[in-house]
Amino acid sequence: MKHTISVLVDNKPGVLARISGLFSARGFNITSLAVGETNDPTVSRMTIIVSAEDRILEQVQKQLHKLIDVISVSDLTKRDYFERELVLIKVNMARTTKQKLTKLLDKFSATILSSSKQGAVVEVVGDNKEISKVVKLLEAVGIKELVRTGRIAITS
Amino acid sequence: MKRTGAQILVDSLLREGVRVIFGYPGGSVLPLQDVLYDTPMDVILVRHEQGASHAADGYARATGKVGVCMATSGPGATNLVTGLATAHMDSIPMVAITGQVKTHLIGNDAFQEADVTGITRPVTKHNYLVKDISELACIVKEAFHIASTGRPGPVVIDVPVDIQMQTIEAEFPEKVCMRSYKPTITGHPGQIKRAAKMISQSKRPIIYAGGGIIIADAHEELLELAVKINAPVTTTLMGLGGFPEDNDLSLGMLGMHGTVYANNATMESDLIIAVGARFDDRVTGKLDSFAPNAKIIHIDIDPTSLSKNVRVHVPIVGDAKNILTALNKVVKKPETKKWHAQINEWKKKYPLTYKTKGKKISPQYVVEQIYKVTKGDAIICTEVGQNQMWAAQYFNYTKPRTYISSGGLGTMGYGLPAAIGAKLGRPDKMVFDIAGDGSIQMNIQELATAVANKINVKIAILNNGYLGMVRQWQELFYKRRYSMTPISGPDFVKLAKAYGAEGMRIKKKEDVKKAIKEAMAIPNTVIMDFIVEEEANVFPMVPAGEAINRMIGGMA
Repeated sequence: MKHTISVLVDNKPGVLARISGLFSARGFNITSLAVGETNDPTVSRMTIIVSAEDRILEQVQKQLHKLIDVISVSDLTKRDYFERELVLIKVNMARTTKQKLTKLLDKFSATILSSSKQGAVVEVVGDNKEISKVVKLLEAVGIKELVRTGRIAITS
Repeated sequence: MKRTGAQILVDSLLREGVRVIFGYPGGSVLPLQDVLYDTPMDVILVRHEQGASHAADGYARATGKVGVCMATSGPGATNLVTGLATAHMDSIPMVAITGQVKTHLIGNDAFQEADVTGITRPVTKHNYLVKDISELACIVKEAFHIASTGRPGPVVIDVPVDIQMQTIEAEFPEKVCMRSYKPTITGHPGQIKRAAKMISQSKRPIIYAGGGIIIADAHEELLELAVKINAPVTTTLMGLGGFPEDNDLSLGMLGMHGTVYANNATMESDLIIAVGARFDDRVTGKLDSFAPNAKIIHIDIDPTSLSKNVRVHVPIVGDAKNILTALNKVVKKPETKKWHAQINEWKKKYPLTYKTKGKKISPQYVVEQIYKVTKGDAIICTEVGQNQMWAAQYFNYTKPRTYISSGGLGTMGYGLPAAIGAKLGRPDKMVFDIAGDGSIQMNIQELATAVANKINVKIAILNNGYLGMVRQWQELFYKRRYSMTPISGPDFVKLAKAYGAEGMRIKKKEDVKKAIKEAMAIPNTVIMDFIVEEEANVFPMVPAGEAINRMIGGMA
């Protein structure tokens, strides 16, 4: 099962290596990872998405908590929370126009940042489902390049 | 007053009460060495950095204080790694100081550079790379706090050589303040109540005590609990000495080479009270069939130990001494008469035995004689393998911090340097290293350290010409194909003398006792080279992957 884990850590060098080490030492692949400062610059928030059995994940959570630089760990999966990701997509414009593209993205929280014959850059914000839908739609048009921030999450 | 980084380091160590530092010099710790030249601390020059880390570990295990070692950058630091991993697995408080190349050279593949914080991250409780001299005093304070509190462990402080030379107006913090590190000490009162209720309702309780008893200094509280509820006690290898083995309630050690009665009692119990132990695979054997009818109360300071391997019914996080004290106040004695009758039957039927007939010296006999001659008043360090198991089985440990052995990592070559550290920590005690002819060769260079510093340890080599534990597995599970296990060694008597120690060779059973007495009387380090039966086995034994009551060998 996929879990969204939110970890508050001291904003220090080496912390990311300690945390990723916990996962890699157990052979887990991190699906998504986003790190950034909080409103307190001495504290960073990591949002980690990982697939694991509940029992193993409970152990990983405890291990995370045991790290000296970790302030708190919470598994958001069982709680009410918002999850968002920002994706930048460079779209092939050979077979479409800006107008068509705008219409295509109408229902989504998407912005066309630039557009030329070479290609358009589209910014999309949404949860995992919405992002997947947009990516699928644009794949039909032709995706040249795609960059994702990794998912971030907050409880409601 | 302005101080250099090296002075701040040493002053910080003194403020933490450090009396001994084990180390090896090098280009990146020269400023530190220079300050140590005038310090009141004992500075013990080892002959290999691995020896420094094991000696600091042995010192910590014998005294309960934080062991300190140091090494230079690069190879010096990487040589500490096995010692750090050993201490990490067994929760031993240690601080290791490593030199690092100059700050501006870090990451440049400089001479003797290694990414020490990177390398040691998985084998330490925490580590630091000091990038700013103003943080140094605070980091040392934190390092000692982290190493010695909660579930203890080794902490590395990597100090670039330029930081050691810079100067600053030093301020030494009195306290540490860490928002993210606050180990739980006091057990949850509700959980303690639940545990007490469960104990009073049990019919076949057993206490399973580990190294946590020794770390938490909870051996008296453990004895009180055992007597109060009249429950048998089995200890892990790390827990030896945590409960007096001459007490009627003692079942000795459990697990792969535990006693039959300890394993049977564990399997048949209806309640396991685990204290400071972690249900390691060498203890549980086949997990699916471990203690099928038992409820489990698990007391441990490390939440990650709880429900890691077995499902626990009443987990209690906290310090063992604290929790046992609280538990002892509320617990009531269950009815266990039948249970004790059953256990006594097992004890009678399956005592620990070994071959006593035959001309050759049995290795178990040597350990037994060391116990008899010392009357149990000694610190026994061990190497790893058969020697370690026989030392566990045939010496009756009655006091904590008397059996010093690499339990979790199983590090061969641990015993001699650990014995040196233990002797420095407890100069009043007779300190033995019970060794094999294989493992003693792994850190034999530390004989020079012992002799040069007049650290008087007694090394008993159970010399069978084999890497015996692996040979035993080959005998039992690989059709006696002794690949890579016959091992030769030097003439240990001559070798001892070459190092300035004393050496004796014992070939006859009737000379064993006399030799031990003689060795103890010599005011020098002594190697006793006991030529023992070549193919003696450690029995009883749980074959790998079996349930722990499916033991083989050694049953009368």
